[in-house]
Amino acid sequence: MKPAPFEYVAPSTISGVLEILGQNDPDEVKLMAGGQSLMPLLNMRLSRPALVIDLGKVADLDFIRETDEGVVIGAMTSKRAVEDSELILREHPLLWESTVAIGHPPIRNRGTVGGSMAQADPASEYPAVALVLGAELVAVSARGERTIPADDFFVTFLTTCLEPDEVLTEIRIPRLAPRSGWAFQEVARRHGDFAIVGATATLRLEAGVVVDPRIAVFGVADRALRFSAAESLLTGQAASDEMIDEVASQAAAAVEDPLEDAHASADYRRHLAGVLVGRVLREAAVRAAEASTGA
Amino acid sequence: MASESPQQGGIRLKVRVNGEHHESVVDPRMNLADYLREELRLTATHVGCEHGVCGICNVLVDGQAVRSCLMLAVQVDGKEVRTVEGLAEGGKLHPIQEAFIEEHGLQCGFCTGGFMMALCELFDRNPSPSEAEIKEVVGGQICRCTGYNAILRSAQNAAAKMSASRS
Repeated sequence: MKPAPFEYVAPSTISGVLEILGQNDPDEVKLMAGGQSLMPLLNMRLSRPALVIDLGKVADLDFIRETDEGVVIGAMTSKRAVEDSELILREHPLLWESTVAIGHPPIRNRGTVGGSMAQADPASEYPAVALVLGAELVAVSARGERTIPADDFFVTFLTTCLEPDEVLTEIRIPRLAPRSGWAFQEVARRHGDFAIVGATATLRLEAGVVVDPRIAVFGVADRALRFSAAESLLTGQAASDEMIDEVASQAAAAVEDPLEDAHASADYRRHLAGVLVGRVLREAAVRAAEASTGA
Repeated sequence: MASESPQQGGIRLKVRVNGEHHESVVDPRMNLADYLREELRLTATHVGCEHGVCGICNVLVDGQAVRSCLMLAVQVDGKEVRTVEGLAEGGKLHPIQEAFIEEHGLQCGFCTGGFMMALCELFDRNPSPSEAEIKEVVGGQICRCTGYNAILRSAQNAAAKMSASRS
């Protein structure tokens, strides 16, 4: 057997999860969501928890709901359920588009929305999408519940601001403003592989100028990055080719410490970040223009 | 059995595999692929990369294709598992298997089960998939022999066979 020995428990309620979490040294415990990242880590013994708490039986965490503000997705909702959701396709086509870019169908059958958020892999699609959509993440512990804006949630490699005794329960995604344009693009060696670099953006056009642009990339640095300076630069400007080029190069220059590995050098990642930011801004601007003219 | 308190050592597991009921006591760290192969001796489920990339170990759990190397055996407690051994019925090959033979969809055959189980889920969900939908599913497994064209033809042939048998 590949993983090191561990004890296993699969509580059926969140209170059951919190109780067991409270009885054990949090450094010795791993929460398992869909297991599509954790299982390889266990198999390679990069992770050797004494106890695995499987969240797979907590039925209360598996839902997609529409609210007045937008949609709420339970942390244990599978990516396949997101892909199959008419509500998501209609309300959050950007989330839908990023979902089908994740892995392959069998991975999406098991992998969960909350699992990707909490895993915070730098090359993961969902954290960047959470940033541009202004998502909020809800965590519970024995101490109570707190709501964390996506901008504060992702800290660095595989690290979020979740405390060891907290469990992510749901992701709240506000409705996109009317007539918003959006785009999502990634470059991977093979469709379904981890992205080398990806980018996503949303924006609106009012009286010919850009309003409320949001730009994020993934796979470039230790976490998904939002480019607030580049967003400010674009705000109030026409979405011309020259302007978008300038914003894209400013975003690329703003990456502090690009990742470097066997797949791509730091320079290539920075270059790709600029190219993809340019592409998603152009695509988002086209969609926003179409939405404004009712096309 | 699902337990509300941590367990080490043996955990009791009840599962139906290809319609047959099994009860086992498994170590929590045993993955589903190893359980099927080592405990149940169902060795048609092959293991390749063992970390979710190659797709060769695909099986169906409650009708959904999953990587059996990325699931613990204890997680299929109370569920229905279908493996390559469960495709043929009454000594007659499944249309997907017949199509792979007719179109030469395999050379060494090591990866073939993974492709067939992923396609099995696709056809259950969508009896007449588009070429793009077939490619999306075929793209989830790695084959080092065929170059994939023969596998795509096999998938299309299987889809045609299955829709012909329904009409």
